[in-house]
Amino acid sequence: MARLGRVVLARLAGSVPVLLIVLVGVFLLLDSAGGDAVDAYLLSMGGGDAQMAAELRTRYGLDGSALSRLLFTLGQYARGDLGWSIALNRPIGPVIAERLPNTLWLMGSATALSFLLGSALGVLAGRRPGSLLDRVLSGGSLFLYSIPSFWLGLVLAVVFAVQLRWLPVSGIETIASGKAGLARAADIARHLVLPVAALGMIYLALFLRIMRSGMAEAWGQDFTLAARARGLPDWRITLNHAARNALLPLVTMLGLQSAAMLGGSVVIESVFAIPGFGRLAQEAVAGRDAPLLLAVILTSALMVVIANLLVDLAYGWLDPRVGSGAGHD
Amino acid sequence: MTRPFLRRPEALLGGAILLALILIAGFAPLIAPGDPLAIAGRPLIPPFTDAGLPLGTDRLGRDLLAELIHGARTSVAVGLSAALVAVFAGMTVGTAAGFAGGAIEAALMRIVDAFQIVPGFLLALAFVSVAGPSLWVVVLAIALGAWTGPARLARARVLSLRESDFVAAAKVMGMSPAEIAFRQIMPLALPPVLAVASVIVAAAVLTEAALSFLGLGDPNSVTWGAMIAEGRNQLRSAAYLSIIPGIALVLTVISTYLVGEALTDSLTGRDKR
Repeated sequence: MARLGRVVLARLAGSVPVLLIVLVGVFLLLDSAGGDAVDAYLLSMGGGDAQMAAELRTRYGLDGSALSRLLFTLGQYARGDLGWSIALNRPIGPVIAERLPNTLWLMGSATALSFLLGSALGVLAGRRPGSLLDRVLSGGSLFLYSIPSFWLGLVLAVVFAVQLRWLPVSGIETIASGKAGLARAADIARHLVLPVAALGMIYLALFLRIMRSGMAEAWGQDFTLAARARGLPDWRITLNHAARNALLPLVTMLGLQSAAMLGGSVVIESVFAIPGFGRLAQEAVAGRDAPLLLAVILTSALMVVIANLLVDLAYGWLDPRVGSGAGHD
Repeated sequence: MTRPFLRRPEALLGGAILLALILIAGFAPLIAPGDPLAIAGRPLIPPFTDAGLPLGTDRLGRDLLAELIHGARTSVAVGLSAALVAVFAGMTVGTAAGFAGGAIEAALMRIVDAFQIVPGFLLALAFVSVAGPSLWVVVLAIALGAWTGPARLARARVLSLRESDFVAAAKVMGMSPAEIAFRQIMPLALPPVLAVASVIVAAAVLTEAALSFLGLGDPNSVTWGAMIAEGRNQLRSAAYLSIIPGIALVLTVISTYLVGEALTDSLTGRDKR
């Protein structure tokens, strides 16, 4: 366990330079915008004099040269302070801590759904490549893979929330319902069904396709032939030999797709009005709140780093040929 | 290469849809002349009820079919341009990294890493918000999140080509390193990148749609994403306003995949199992 901890720490430390590149790069991009959050704030207040604007800029480190602003921001981040959101008039750290769980629930459920269902259907399709079942599942997955998630979300909302009235149209939970404990959890789960389906479907299709092609490849290889020669039953070869091997590229894909999924949840959160991380990014854009947008982008980069770390650990556990990730790049 | 391609019905179907789409996009001003955003009739005519307005009208009485046709123009133009920019930028960086090696390679690949851990859509959002929504900004914003794949593929290919005899020969002939890298090696690193080109184009079309759905597309062009967003207000009474442009998007993306898959298979000589 101590060794695992060291590996994790070493990996996180190794990602600091890349995160620093992200921080500086995004800072410079956002800094080049004409008009800052103080302008947007004063506009929303109905105007203000130059002295007030200058005072606000000094307070939020928005005055001086780009370099001094960058150093101000770097210093803030080094102290673990994400800065102050002018648009929301609150410190950014707590805002992110408040919004992040909703997005994590959305993404976690979508990942679980797409991974479990996608790999299971992929095993079914890849069990007999070229069979009718395979062609139906492969064709269906290509179709699913081509559907924009935000549009799928709208269609699902029309059918299941507007027409059938089975599920709520939007939000993360019923407002002021006074529910607590399990009742509240069930309420949130009901609200999550449609967004999770909309976000997860495209990945379900992707994972199905990867699993299927991995299975199809495994049938031609020596280890499945050997298992067959040993007289193992068909289902054991399918699950223990072919599927276990085909799972490896799928796990790799899980890490690679985490960034894309985070991006996808921005649009899904907008469709279903979920007060999550993606909505926060949009609010930052609308309020010209560069410090907030910077913090959102940096936190998502950190989340992608952590997701990839988890994937690497899982990989080492699934494939004994790979160590626990120590010393590998 | 053409025979196995033509023998696959799904590739033919995809190719036909894609060709039709490109023709519609190219000749949109001839097929649906005039301003697609002009008022053409009563508002909210349902589809298939008026022969003059086959797909009906939207909330403001604009011809949905004309909007759809002009939206195809934006989708195709942005999708192809963004993919082109991403492939070109990725190839250049990947080739430079793979050929230069050493500190230059390490630095360039760190930058690729940095771009890969930032969700491309968030980056596009940030870029559009800074540069202001216009067609070219949207193209660049999409390319920002798409160039790392080609860069990695090109670098891997260049690394294996770097030590070949023809490179040594070019050095002996006195070619400059830049000339060897970009004129001799880079074209050879293209095939693995082309194999994923259809995925890049499809992703670019989807990203453009998502950006304009959020109101960050070019406000002066008709886009399918913006049409879907517009229709959202009438989701209860006139869901077709959002559903029809979505179907157009799905058809575009699926035909791109079908053609791309068939092309990849015949390029790599791998037949369908």
